[in-house]
Amino acid sequence: MSEPVELVLPGALRDVAGGARRLKITPGPTSVAALLDELARTHPALERRIRDETGSLRRYVNVFVDGDDIRSLAGVHTVLRPGAEVHVLPSVAGG
Amino acid sequence: MSARTVLAIGTRKGLWLASSTDRATWSLDGPYFPMEEVAAVAFDTRRSPARLLVGVMSWHWGPTLAWSEDLGATWHETKNAAIAFPEDTGAALGRIWQIQPGPEDAPDVVWAGCEPTSLWRSQDGGETFELVRGLWDHPHRPDWHPGFGGAAVHTVLPEPGSDRVTVAMSTGGVYVSEDGATGWTPHNRGITVSFQPDEAPEYGQCVHKVARDAGDPRRLYAQNHGGVFRSDDGGASWASIAAGLPSDFGFFVLASPHAPGTAWVMPLEADTRRFPIGGRMRIHRTRDAGATWTERGPGLPDGSWTVVLRDAACVDTGDPTGVYAGTRDGSVYASADEGETWSSIAEHLPDVLSLRAVELP
Repeated sequence: MSEPVELVLPGALRDVAGGARRLKITPGPTSVAALLDELARTHPALERRIRDETGSLRRYVNVFVDGDDIRSLAGVHTVLRPGAEVHVLPSVAGG
Repeated sequence: MSARTVLAIGTRKGLWLASSTDRATWSLDGPYFPMEEVAAVAFDTRRSPARLLVGVMSWHWGPTLAWSEDLGATWHETKNAAIAFPEDTGAALGRIWQIQPGPEDAPDVVWAGCEPTSLWRSQDGGETFELVRGLWDHPHRPDWHPGFGGAAVHTVLPEPGSDRVTVAMSTGGVYVSEDGATGWTPHNRGITVSFQPDEAPEYGQCVHKVARDAGDPRRLYAQNHGGVFRSDDGGASWASIAAGLPSDFGFFVLASPHAPGTAWVMPLEADTRRFPIGGRMRIHRTRDAGATWTERGPGLPDGSWTVVLRDAACVDTGDPTGVYAGTRDGSVYASADEGETWSSIAEHLPDVLSLRAVELP
């Protein structure tokens, strides 16, 4: 079994993750899209706050894989290594 | 316990609930959904306890629908999203603009008007909604363009005891289904426009809000983007009722829940000057279905350069009717005497987007 991927959530999303700050996804998904597909199954209210129903990352949500913004990588198709750490963070927006 | 009136105040940054047993003194509770837009609120009083439904939108985390049956103490959100576009549409929900419980004879039906321009129907009280395909697939859709606030169905008026449903959208105008939301035809004849060369198009009007008269379900009032109109035939034809108003531009129109012929509007200077006229915020009331209007306003502010948006006004079901208006600068004004006199019941809130009132035992 592949090493789990760890998802790190901001405070604003913990309510829809059962209060968790970190979620271990096992078996580890091989891409961000696969991770989100798994979330859609286990935590649908969390998943739809990260991407919309077309599968697009929400405009003001940033996802980092091992410290790199996936928008500068391959977007939701970014590959996850075994044991990767994925941070979800709100971007700086609003007034 | 005495009856109380609860006013749900949806704002740019959350929901507040104002409560009163005499409609003179109010207590304010909130915010719920802090930092999230609450553009749609509704009380479903066909249930006991009454259900408060809200359409909320986080700029970060997207839109959702939630409800509470204990006035905000706890909230319920559908596990797999109450409103989500089917995959084949290629669309994503932008914002819920309107939540409208169905008539008493359809106790589990709840309608939602959304952005992008779409109508949704729930048959389980708001737990799940189905896209109304007849409107989504309408051949006029390519010609419906967003107004300044976005492209949305903002008014849904199901007719009690019939399969007729009336919707309004900006832009697009008024559309009516006679068969329970399958087929849709434009109902805009007589609603003129000033923003395109054809002043009387079949559709494409920027209708800001439509309200139904208390005495006749086929009598409708429309506040247009320039123009105030009345229809006596369910929208088949419209005639201007703006002659007695100081301006025909505004956002909301309200109709009395009890008194036939009674409605309220708040004229603004013009499309190009969206301010209370001369900075004097005033409401205009008709008792004769728009034949004549009278200005009312003691208690409403002078030196006011804000506006009341299309859903930031409502009436209650009390006797006499209470009228409420919330401004973009975060004030809420209430009248317990059908608009004769007003008082401020909330100040310094974020921009008010939606208001709905309910009488609770």
